Amino acid sequence: MESNEILRVNGISKRYGDISVFEHLDLSVKKGEVVVIVGPSGCGKSTFLRCLNGLEEIQEGEVLLDGERISQNPKELSRTREKIGMVFQSYDLFPHLTILQNLTLAPVKVKKRNKKDVEKEAEELLERVGLLSKKDRYPRELSGGQKQRVAIVRALIMHPEVLLLDEITAALDPEMVKEVLDVVLSLAKEGRTMVIVTHEMQVARAAANRMIFIDGGKIVEEGEPTEFFEHPQTERLRQFLHSFSYEAE
Amino acid sequence: MGFEVLLKGNNMLRLWQGLLVALKISLLSVVISIALGVVLGILMALKLPVLKQILRAYLEVVRIMPQMVLLFLVYFGTTKAMGINLQAETAAVIVFSFWGTAEMADLVRGALQGIPKIQYESSMSLGLNTYQTYVYVIIPQIIRRMIPLSINLITRMIKTTSLVMMIGIVEVLKVGQQIIEANRKTSPNAAFGVFAVIFVMYFLACWPISQLSKYLEKKWEN
Amino acid sequence: MDFEVIHSYIPLYTQAFLLTIKIGWIGIVIAVVIGIATAFLQHFKVPVLAQIASVYVEIFRNTPLLVQLFFIYFGLPKVGIMIPAETCGAAGLGLLGGSYMAEGFRSGLDAVSKSQTESALALGMTKVQLFRYVIFPEAFSLSVPAVVANVIFLLKETSVFSAISLMDLMFTAKDLIGLYYNTTEALFLLVIFYIIMLLPVSGLGSLIEKKTHLRTAGV
Repeated sequence: MESNEILRVNGISKRYGDISVFEHLDLSVKKGEVVVIVGPSGCGKSTFLRCLNGLEEIQEGEVLLDGERISQNPKELSRTREKIGMVFQSYDLFPHLTILQNLTLAPVKVKKRNKKDVEKEAEELLERVGLLSKKDRYPRELSGGQKQRVAIVRALIMHPEVLLLDEITAALDPEMVKEVLDVVLSLAKEGRTMVIVTHEMQVARAAANRMIFIDGGKIVEEGEPTEFFEHPQTERLRQFLHSFSYEAE
Repeated sequence: MGFEVLLKGNNMLRLWQGLLVALKISLLSVVISIALGVVLGILMALKLPVLKQILRAYLEVVRIMPQMVLLFLVYFGTTKAMGINLQAETAAVIVFSFWGTAEMADLVRGALQGIPKIQYESSMSLGLNTYQTYVYVIIPQIIRRMIPLSINLITRMIKTTSLVMMIGIVEVLKVGQQIIEANRKTSPNAAFGVFAVIFVMYFLACWPISQLSKYLEKKWEN
Repeated sequence: MDFEVIHSYIPLYTQAFLLTIKIGWIGIVIAVVIGIATAFLQHFKVPVLAQIASVYVEIFRNTPLLVQLFFIYFGLPKVGIMIPAETCGAAGLGLLGGSYMAEGFRSGLDAVSKSQTESALALGMTKVQLFRYVIFPEAFSLSVPAVVANVIFLLKETSVFSAISLMDLMFTAKDLIGLYYNTTEALFLLVIFYIIMLLPVSGLGSLIEKKTHLRTAGV
C-alpha cells in the first residue's frame, strides 16, 4: 500500500436482488489525485460513486478511507461522510434555506463549529466562485450553473478529504456548463482529491490525473489521460470515445 | 330593502354571534383534522399493505359522500342505532373532522412523497445524521408546503359549516331566519338585507384567509 | 332494517334522484361554460372584464353555496327578482362551479407552453387557428383532472338543494325521518343513491388521474 493513498476500494459488488450492477471493482486514489470515471449510460458509474460514501449499500467488498473501513452503520456513516463531500447532478440545494444558510448548516450542526467563523469562510468561498452577492438569496432565484457552484462550495466547506462529483453538469444548459467546470478545474489545480463521473471529455482531459472506463459493470480500461484518449487499448473504449467525437461534430 | 332590520336592537350582534358558532365548530374541527391528518398522512406514506387498503376505502367514502349526508348519518343515525342522543354540535364536529382528517392526510402524504430523494441524500452526504436531516432539512420543507394548504382547509371548513343549520344548530343563517320571521310585519323585505349581509359576512371570514394561503403558497414555492 | 319499507320508498327516492341529477348536471354545464369564459377573460387579461371575472371568482369561491342559494332564492324576490327553485338551484350551482372551473381552465391555459405557440405560428397558422387547434385542445386536456374533481365536488354540493325546498334526495330523507321515523331505511337509501350518483364519476376520475400520471411519468 502506498503511503499517500487516501481512498481504497477492495472488490466491491453492487446487486439489486439478482440483478448485478457491478462485480468486484477495485480502485485506489492517492492524495491530490483527480480520477475521472467515464462510461456509457447505465454502466454503473454513478452507482459506484454513490457506494463510496455509503449512499448505496454494497453486497461485497469494502471501502477504506484513510485506511479506515467505511461501515454501513448509520452513526459511523455520517461521521465518514463529513470527510467525503459529494455533489449531485442538480436540484440538491435546500430550497427553504438561503445560500448562506445552505452553506453553514452542516459545519455548524455537524462539526459544531462557531457560526461566525463558518459564515466568514462561506463568504470567502462564495467570493471565489463569484457568488458573494447572492448569499442572502434563495436557491430558486439562482440559475442552474449558480446553484451548482453553490453546491460545490457547500461540499468544500466541510473540508472533505475526497470530493465526489456525480455528473454535475449533466442537467445544465450548455452556456452554464463552463462556469461550473472552471470551478472544478481550479480545484484540480490546487490539488484537491476528487473522483469525478462525467460526460465532459474535454474537462476529463484537462483535470484528470487518471482516467477509468467502466462498461458492463467492469473496469475495462484505465490509464493516464493522454494515453487513454490518444491510444485506447481496448476496442470498447475506442468505440466509446469515437461515439463522443462523432457527437461533437 | 330590508337592511334596516339589522340596525334594530342587537340584531347585527346576534348575526355575528351566529357566525361565531360556525367559526367555533370549524376551528375545533380543523385542529382535530390537522392532528389526526398528520398521523394518518405519515401512515399512508409508509405504504403498509393492509392499512393502505383501509385508508383508501376511507378516502373514497369522504370523496364521494356529501358532508350533508354524513351529517345526517351521524346526527340521526347514531341516535337511532346506538340510542345515544348526540348533540348537534358534537355530530357536526365529528363529521367535519372525519372529512378534514381525510383531506389533511392526503395533503401530508403528498407533501411527504413530494420531497425529492436527493434532498435526503445531499443532506446525508454532508454528514447530517437521520435525525438532523429530518429536523433541519425535511420537516421545514414539509411544513412550508403544508401551511398554505392547511390554511386553505380552514376556509373550506368554514364554508362547509354553513350546513349545520340543517341539523338545527342555531348559526348565522338560522339567526338570520329568526330575525326575518320576527320582523315579518314591520320589514317584509328583510330577507334581502339579512341574507345579503350574511353573504358578505361569510366572504369577510373566508377571503382574507384564502388570500393569506395563496400568498404563502407563492412565497414558499420552490 | 325493513326491506318492505325500503321497497316502498324506492320510487320516491328515484324521483328525487332524477331531480337531483337533472339540476346537478344543468348546473355543471353552466359551470363549465362560465368557467371557460372566465378563464379566457383572465388569461388574455381583457381590460375591465378580467377584473370583473376575478371579483366574481373571489366572491363565489369564498362563500358557501347554501348562503348563495338563500340569497338568490329568499333575498332576491324582495327586490323583484323571482326565480323558481329549480332554476335557482342550477344557477347557484353554476355560479359556484364556474368560479372553481375557471381556476382549473386558467391554469390549463397558462400551462400550454410558449414554445408550442411559437412553433404553431411558425407553421403559418393564424392566431385563430392556433387557438382553435393548438391551445384550446391542449389547455382543455390539461384541465380535465381538475374538471372531474370539480364535477364530483358539485354533485356533492347538490345536497344543500333541500334548503330551498327542492325535493331532492336530502329533502326526501329528511321528510321520511321526520314524518315516519324510518330513520335507518331513509338513511340507507340516501347513501345508496349518492353512491349511485358519485361512484361512477369518482371511478372515472381515478382512471383519468392514473392516465395523466402515466403520461407525465413517461415524458
